[in-house]
Amino acid sequence: MIAWLTEPFALGFMQKALMASVIVGVVCAVLGCYVVLRSMAFLGDALAHAILPGVAVAYLVGANLLAGALVAGLIVAVGISYVSRGGAIREDTAIGIFFAAALALGVVLISTVRTYAVDLTHVLFGNVLGVTATDVWITGALAFLVLAAILLLYRRLLVVSFDPILGQTLGLRTHALQTGLFLMLAVTIVISLQTVGVALVAAMLVTPPAAAYLLTRRLPVMMVVSAFIGVLSAVGGLYASYYLDVASGGAIVLVATAIFLLAFLFAPGRGLAWRLGRRSAQPARRGPRS
Amino acid sequence: MNELLELRDVSVFYGGRLALDSVSLDVPHGAQVAVVGPNGAGKSTLFKALVGLLPLRTGEMLMHGRPLAEYRDPVAYVPQREEVDWRFPVTVFDVVAMGRYGRGRWLRRLSSGDRDTVGRCLERLAITELAQRPIGELSGGQQQRVFLARALAQEPHVLLLDEPFTGVDIGTREATLELLAGLRARAVTVLVSTHDLDLAAGRFDQVALLNTRLISMGRPQEVFTQEHLQAAFGGQMVVLNGRTIVVDQCCGGHGPEDHPAGHGPAHEREGSSGGGDPR
Repeated sequence: MIAWLTEPFALGFMQKALMASVIVGVVCAVLGCYVVLRSMAFLGDALAHAILPGVAVAYLVGANLLAGALVAGLIVAVGISYVSRGGAIREDTAIGIFFAAALALGVVLISTVRTYAVDLTHVLFGNVLGVTATDVWITGALAFLVLAAILLLYRRLLVVSFDPILGQTLGLRTHALQTGLFLMLAVTIVISLQTVGVALVAAMLVTPPAAAYLLTRRLPVMMVVSAFIGVLSAVGGLYASYYLDVASGGAIVLVATAIFLLAFLFAPGRGLAWRLGRRSAQPARRGPRS
Repeated sequence: MNELLELRDVSVFYGGRLALDSVSLDVPHGAQVAVVGPNGAGKSTLFKALVGLLPLRTGEMLMHGRPLAEYRDPVAYVPQREEVDWRFPVTVFDVVAMGRYGRGRWLRRLSSGDRDTVGRCLERLAITELAQRPIGELSGGQQQRVFLARALAQEPHVLLLDEPFTGVDIGTREATLELLAGLRARAVTVLVSTHDLDLAAGRFDQVALLNTRLISMGRPQEVFTQEHLQAAFGGQMVVLNGRTIVVDQCCGGHGPEDHPAGHGPAHEREGSSGGGDPR
């Protein structure tokens, strides 16, 4: 059993894959709490696809792919934040236009490269087994920055997310904080590229926090539980990938989804099983809300 | 009395239309003002402009003669309950503690003084035993008390309450009125939007009657005349046997369950004498 557990990580590339996946699992899961609570899931997905042209350009000029993705991600984050400020076009419409255009541009650029199919697959679905030591360092450093910002801005982000009007009356610069949140989201998505890929990063941002939401009652606890679920998904996904010989990014997301379904069914007080049980036990009234 | 709050020719666009049209009014220091008017009259818009949430198209807002924006800190706003995300994972204590976050407390731990203030505010609204409960599990009245406690914790100079008497139980209504009485002693200036014209007439120093434009502002008996009410409520008002009856459909789209018995949406008002004491 011990051998079964340790065997995959005797390999160097698996060790690096494990480190990268765990880091990404934690950052996505913690920042994802705001994504879930502020209903930003669509924005997260759009940002992920919108960084594709950055990756393509970096690839074409031979630059670091992470750097290219990061630049594109930051530009798009600021762009969406700016467009949604005006109010002439609804935010989700603006996001939809932005993200489809950027994705199309990315596909066009990548199609000029000969090994098109393989590289595009890596960007879309991740290639965690190809992570280098440098990648792990960059991922770790950026993840540290995002987590530090979440910690330092905790009260500000809490107030702005829960009650932006209070934030305004307390003198917070709510729009700057929102842009800051977009930027953190962009960075987080970029470092998730190699682990789960553009297509699946939204799942890592949404699924562990959604499960944690069902299991907890306060934001700090929700963040910790979410991070734990993120790590569990990363590790479980890598084992599945190793022993079943399936794509690691997809496996990680499926483990997270399985955990969410368990929480959805059995969460104390909120799970489906509890609610059905309570209904049969006490059919009359339910819930204190007037 | 010295004027605390002055609005000069304030116009605000909201939802693609002119929601406030050149409103000018003065609120004396420590006064308690009821803001009344039909749905869409601009009551909430007025409050949101006061906290700096909506930009002014024209005009200016002054506090002690200086632009209100310089003072933002001491204005507390209690939103309508529908505007709050009650599924957010915070406890009652967390929400009230947010009232202490301004003034450079974004990073430091709350001091024992801050915690005492939060404790006192919970006590004044009789929700101390709910402190560790998630806000989503509270009743409507309890939810309102949480936000009142938070507003108190801000120790504001100006307190804005948006529809605090809509859809709450009698106990919370009384608690809110008691709180207002307590604030009078501390000279906190209070603006309350309400659909309850009886309450506006009976419990407030001044009434501002709004319908995009300011129809009238002053003592209740000066404001609640048939002529003014006609201007504000128009089609929602009928005159029967010399009595003016305002049928005010509160807060669009809510079912009757939002109006507990005792303060429903219909109000009767003596209007035959054209401005006699409405009580």
